Amino acid sequence: MGILEVKNVGKRFGGLQALGDVNLSVKENTVHAIIGPNGAGKSTLLNCLVGKLIPDTGSVMFDGQSVLGRKPFEINQMGISRVFQTPEIFGDLTVLENMLIPCFAKRDGAFSLNAISAVSGQKDMLETAEKMLVEMNMADKRHMHSASLSRGDKRRLEIGMCLSQEPRLLLLDEPTAGMARADTNNTIDLLKEIKEQRDITIAIIEHDMHVVFSLADRITVLAQGTPLVEDDPQNIRGNPKVREAYLGESA
Amino acid sequence: MFGLENKDIRMLLVVAVLTLCAPFILNPFPTDSALAQFNAGYPDLMQRFVIFGIFAVGFNILFGLTGYLSFGHAAFLGVGSYSAVWMFKLLSMNVVPAIVLSVVISGLFALLIGFVSLRRSGIYFSILTLAFAQMSFNLAYSVLTPITNGETGLQLTLDDPRILGVSATADGSIPVTNLFGIEMRSTYEMVVGPWAFQFNAGYYLCALVLLAAFYLSIRIFRSPFGMMLRAVKSNQQRMNYTGLNTKPYTLAAFVISGMYAGLAGGLMASMDPLAGAERMQWTASGEVVLMTILGGAGTLIGPVLGAGFIKYFENIFSKINDQVLHSWFAFMPDGLEDFVVFVVHPFIGKGWHLTLGILFMLVVVFLPGGLVEGGQRIAKWVKTRKGNDDETPGKTTPAE
Repeated sequence: MGILEVKNVGKRFGGLQALGDVNLSVKENTVHAIIGPNGAGKSTLLNCLVGKLIPDTGSVMFDGQSVLGRKPFEINQMGISRVFQTPEIFGDLTVLENMLIPCFAKRDGAFSLNAISAVSGQKDMLETAEKMLVEMNMADKRHMHSASLSRGDKRRLEIGMCLSQEPRLLLLDEPTAGMARADTNNTIDLLKEIKEQRDITIAIIEHDMHVVFSLADRITVLAQGTPLVEDDPQNIRGNPKVREAYLGESA
Repeated sequence: MFGLENKDIRMLLVVAVLTLCAPFILNPFPTDSALAQFNAGYPDLMQRFVIFGIFAVGFNILFGLTGYLSFGHAAFLGVGSYSAVWMFKLLSMNVVPAIVLSVVISGLFALLIGFVSLRRSGIYFSILTLAFAQMSFNLAYSVLTPITNGETGLQLTLDDPRILGVSATADGSIPVTNLFGIEMRSTYEMVVGPWAFQFNAGYYLCALVLLAAFYLSIRIFRSPFGMMLRAVKSNQQRMNYTGLNTKPYTLAAFVISGMYAGLAGGLMASMDPLAGAERMQWTASGEVVLMTILGGAGTLIGPVLGAGFIKYFENIFSKINDQVLHSWFAFMPDGLEDFVVFVVHPFIGKGWHLTLGILFMLVVVFLPGGLVEGGQRIAKWVKTRKGNDDETPGKTTPAE
């Protein structure tokens, strides 16, 4: 029984069956990659996990509880954090404030009318945020506007923000999309570090095979809305069905 | 001190000095001089400066922090005024219960309107608030006449009950508003040479309330709650995926700023105990938007500056007429004098809106951060002129 259990999930957009009948089980403390060609339904599946979309059929259980029908913030409070394809950070705020917000969200919950005490007086929150900045190697940038960070730094910041909530499941949506090779390698190293140092389960959607094979413990290949195979990385590499899905019949 | 950082204390002190010394600052010209018409240091106008300052400071908590542009905030101002006048009619002429009631009622009203309007964001939110405000205005004007006294406006009469006070004074007139006996209209005039400075009890009450309101707004800006509101403006998607519910945050900001508007309305009625429906009209809502943007939305001191700026223009520029212009340009040859007066004429008197419009346009185009940004640019310019080269290149400054 995995920490995340997806059973018979289907989703239709008008005439398009985006997800057919998806079954997926993510084991605790592993890195599970979901790969597939364009239009395979990877992003739709992810959106069904975080409450952005509600699947037409099937069930999604996280740690024994259903996530269906819950709002994104409620699902996040259950322990699922999501990293977006294009980094979603608070561009108008400083790097330090970006890191503080998830810390407050973890401590105070979905809403708190903490309108009188000063942020600068919350030593414990500042300490936690600073510690995470150091861990993300961004401490020297703490007072910068986060919108002016480089793409790679924005990604690090976003991952750091998710980690400071101490989630049990981290969802990554193509974390290296649009990145230069050096930034991609940095991100891989960062994710490896996270995997080794924390009790965390990671589900990653990725296009870049280099990233997938350097990180994943388990891989699910999605094609046309249904899982083609689920196996260990070394077996996926040589699987003819996967090659066919990716490269077409003739390959 | 006061749980604030040095930078904020300085700002609070600046506002304190400006408001408490306003009778001097706004009266720089001797009473008999030709420039005396630029003096703004009379009680009525000074009260309006600070009351609209409170209104704009509150509006800025919603618009400046969360970016939700409400076009209906005058409704809360009007509700506050009506509540205060009713308190004067029913309870007593003391301003404290009147102001408390106006804050509470407008807060409840804001909760209702905010709950519905905040289901949408962006332009739809603005239109919803505008619709609600116009609805309130029209209700006050017609259907709700028993409560609002329709187009005449709500006034005090000699047969109001005033259970804790008197219906009429010994000499048969309507009693005046007071703060535990201090009459709001009482004014002390200090004559220094050719100058006359007026110190009005009502003005000082408003000024102290403004300081308290400004102080509270600083605390909100610096609090975790304020940070969350700025996060709402920056990226709602990220907020939702960080386990934060944006709805109660925006609603709380809406209610707080509605209460500020109610406070301003209550003070307005306390200075002059009548309330009319026109206080709720959309032009009044638009005015506070202009004040906030002109001063600098999202900055602390901007709304106060913007309110002062617009109210000064409204009251001083509108009083300049052709006669005054002729007296200014009298030194010119006749033909030229008439020509200059002809050119300037559309911008003064009733045409002050044109001047304000042009200024607003210039500020929005060239100083998107409002008057505050203008001040910052001047400060920066002065600094570079001084040849201040101790700043190391690449040094990061706090982005606030």
